[in-house]
Amino acid sequence: MTATLERVDVVRTTPAKGWSRSRARHRLTVLAFMAPAILGFALFFGYPLIATIGFSFTKYDLINPPEWVGLENYAYMFSDKLFRTAVYNTLWFVVVLTIARVVFALGVASVIARLKTGVGLVRTLCYLPSLAPPVAATLVFFLVMRPNEGPLDAFLGWFGIESPLWFADPVWAKPGIAAVMLWVSGDLMIIVLAAILDVPQEQYEAAELDGAGPVRRWWHVTLPTISPVLMFGVVNSIILALQLFTQAVVAGSAASGSADVTGSTKVLGFPENSTLTFPVWLYTQGFRYFDMGYAAAMATVLFVISFAATAVLVQRMRKATHQEEGGSGA
Amino acid sequence: MTTATLGSPSRASSVEARRRPRDWRKVLDWVAVHSLGLALGLMFALPILFVFLTAVMSDSQAFTKDLWPREWHWGNFLEVFDKAPLLKYLGNSLLYSLSATVGMLLSSIPAAYALAKMKWRGRNTVFLLVVGAMMLPPQVVAVPLYDTWSSLGLTGTLWPLIAPYFLFDAFSIFLLRQFILTIPQSYVDAARVDGCTEFQALVRIVVPMARPGIAATALFCFLYTWNDYFGPLLYTSEKPDQWTLSLALSSFKGMHHVQWNLAMAVTLLIMVPAVVLFVFAQRSFVKGITFTGVKG
Repeated sequence: MTATLERVDVVRTTPAKGWSRSRARHRLTVLAFMAPAILGFALFFGYPLIATIGFSFTKYDLINPPEWVGLENYAYMFSDKLFRTAVYNTLWFVVVLTIARVVFALGVASVIARLKTGVGLVRTLCYLPSLAPPVAATLVFFLVMRPNEGPLDAFLGWFGIESPLWFADPVWAKPGIAAVMLWVSGDLMIIVLAAILDVPQEQYEAAELDGAGPVRRWWHVTLPTISPVLMFGVVNSIILALQLFTQAVVAGSAASGSADVTGSTKVLGFPENSTLTFPVWLYTQGFRYFDMGYAAAMATVLFVISFAATAVLVQRMRKATHQEEGGSGA
Repeated sequence: MTTATLGSPSRASSVEARRRPRDWRKVLDWVAVHSLGLALGLMFALPILFVFLTAVMSDSQAFTKDLWPREWHWGNFLEVFDKAPLLKYLGNSLLYSLSATVGMLLSSIPAAYALAKMKWRGRNTVFLLVVGAMMLPPQVVAVPLYDTWSSLGLTGTLWPLIAPYFLFDAFSIFLLRQFILTIPQSYVDAARVDGCTEFQALVRIVVPMARPGIAATALFCFLYTWNDYFGPLLYTSEKPDQWTLSLALSSFKGMHHVQWNLAMAVTLLIMVPAVVLFVFAQRSFVKGITFTGVKG
């Protein structure tokens, strides 16, 4: 996503005059190619974004027509205790997942990059879990971290460590979900690994001649060269954490032992609302309590925050474009 | 390399003198790095191994601390089909994933071509909108979309999930554009000079050359929809005959009062497509993944 907005040099088939017909045809072709995308963007992003902001000023239950309530939904956020809990939980994931994912991906990729044999096997093993459906990945960890019976408890028992109740413990449920998220972060590892392997070999040789050991080479050569990719990892992780929904819902309902994850008896946020993330609370308000106005207000808040994160990324892409245009133009 | 040949004799001899401890250190370094690599590989693989071992246990043993099955109950993988209408869910999952992938290919390839190889005003702005849409959490637009689909009477079906792919899928357009950008412009220009229309240039030149990229994008689209949980939960949770495998798995253990062995057998079965696709298209996956992050 550090993609740059490349300039495409088209052969000039459209000199100034007399060619207006081919020009019109060119425009029509672009329009034909882009038409489904433009229509789809308008229907599934443009309209619902505006409508979300509109709904956020109303009271709406899907059955009766929306009723204008001004800023009431936004004001309610300040007295809604669970809103605060949800904000806290999501912020927890933003901070922990961003740091943990980037550091973990960097660490694993650095090790794989130095392997001489078995690179393919280790890389495959690290990447495969990231393809697992989030529901399945969460249940895998639920099994491994089962209190008393699970392999992790047995493993910790060898060292005399008594395990917490993991997903049933309000303190350990979030770290449990973070563990799931690290297990499935193989895609980021592959991206970081590709960046490390792309670092020009001459730079390492030059640093080695200057007497730099492996650690200093990693710190002074590898790290600065791949920093754009790490920045991508940070933005990507923030966006991932802001959206965290499936893992929280599945972990919470599996730990609560609720019979039916999809039905009305569903327990969300178990234990003690420790897995109630912002999207989970939004979903509960909108699609369990049918308070669409309040859900829309929360969606607007989520939009503003993720827009800010996206803007940072887009700004960097713009900068990269300017550098490319101003630079050697390779 | 050129700097290496400039090495003075004194430096070369000092390297010679330090060679023995250096070799020794190199061996240690090799052992350390490779044991770390082995530990990492194990760390990623062990959870799946535990799931597999639990899946083939008997009902009563799955309830215990045991890690190794006393008897291998391979029949568990068949028994799960009696506990829940898994074939029905499988059909729904396939319907969702396959139609979404076909729709995505039809709508995204021309758009990606126009963004990568044609020159027009507003192109950069449109591309930024695509990136923005890609980053948007699906929950932000869920309320009005649900409202619209509900007024059309289509909630409780898979249509609200499939239909958008026939018009617009931000991630696929982004990824395909990145791939098509790497095709040399001269090929497209040559086709134009030879009198090809843009459509012919797309179909005859760009699509065949971008085949690996198209394959990677299709794989990601298939897996994304196969793994999707929020979409099916939002639109089909009240209609069990429309459930996908992902959605059904989330309530399989609780709803059907089964032990861990059967729950884990289903968990393994649902991961099969991902593993099979990966084994057959490993290079496409890795290429696609690196393209999302680095290239362009």
